[in-house]
Amino acid sequence: SASASPCSVLHAAPVPQTCSHPSAPKAGDQEKGLSALEGVGFRVGQGLSERLTKEMPSFKDELDVVKFLCKDLWINVFKKQVDNLRTNHQGTYMLQDNQFLPLSQLSNGKQYLEEAPKFLAFTCGLVKGALSNLGFDSTVTAEVTAMPSSKFQVVIQKS
Amino acid sequence: MSRPMNRRQDNHKISRELFVLTYGALVAQLCKDYEKDEDVNKYLDRMGYDIGIRLIEDFLARSAMRKCRSYSETVDVIAQVAFKMYLGITPSVSCSNTTENEFFLMLDNNPLVDFVEELPPGRSSLCYCNLLCGVIRGALEMVHLAAEVTFVQDRLKGDDVTEIGITFPKRLEVKKHKRNK
Repeated sequence: SASASPCSVLHAAPVPQTCSHPSAPKAGDQEKGLSALEGVGFRVGQGLSERLTKEMPSFKDELDVVKFLCKDLWINVFKKQVDNLRTNHQGTYMLQDNQFLPLSQLSNGKQYLEEAPKFLAFTCGLVKGALSNLGFDSTVTAEVTAMPSSKFQVVIQKS
Repeated sequence: MSRPMNRRQDNHKISRELFVLTYGALVAQLCKDYEKDEDVNKYLDRMGYDIGIRLIEDFLARSAMRKCRSYSETVDVIAQVAFKMYLGITPSVSCSNTTENEFFLMLDNNPLVDFVEELPPGRSSLCYCNLLCGVIRGALEMVHLAAEVTFVQDRLKGDDVTEIGITFPKRLEVKKHKRNK
């Protein structure tokens, strides 16, 4: 079970109420909440990539960096590697995890609807933060087509 | 880099580091979203509460504890079993010398503040570890013990030690032994 892990912290993060102020309209709350979670993921990604790469030799290219995300970073957070990595060799990468840990722990449709967006938001931030720490700006989006498989599309900005 | 000898220990360490990192990131994000320390503190407490009400099941399952028979036994279990299980530390327990329902947990080597040397600027009232208070409060509530849990001292705020105070409601039964004046 996820006792002292980010999962337990995130499970308890109430999405709609995050950042809600009495004066703020309700409609924007969900979005704000997910954006906050992405922010948390971003900082974790920065810190984690910093710690993990401390004693590693420098990366030889962009692809090498993404492979590090798929392997070392992913194992550290999700206990396994990314299953499938595809790229167009022009800055766009697709990371596919067929047993995405947070999703594999959700037992029903209702739980999924409430919880999945949080983990996806956190993970997008995680990837962005890790890349940012390594000198890359990116946009990251997530997609779930078939539970518990998740796909993350990473577009690295040209500097 | 040397190869780790004990895989399980290593995974545990990684897990804990990740948790500490995530906690720090959470606090940083909350500081960004809420101007007032009070609001961050409240949010952390509420989050902790939500975790606590669920964590208690995990704790009871993993520790196979029987029902505690006194407040004192309960606090000992929190310090020696629960804290050890989830954070790897064993706070020392003391009891108020004026009332029998107030206890203190002194936190030494709290991993949550491993990377925190001081509070962020302009955040002097931030209870950095307030999540812990909520967790304890939520967990206790699920075993039918309503308690007030707050930080009574905090090294990050300049105190000598960091202490969590747990105050249980006074027992209603009349005491049979003599009271000291």
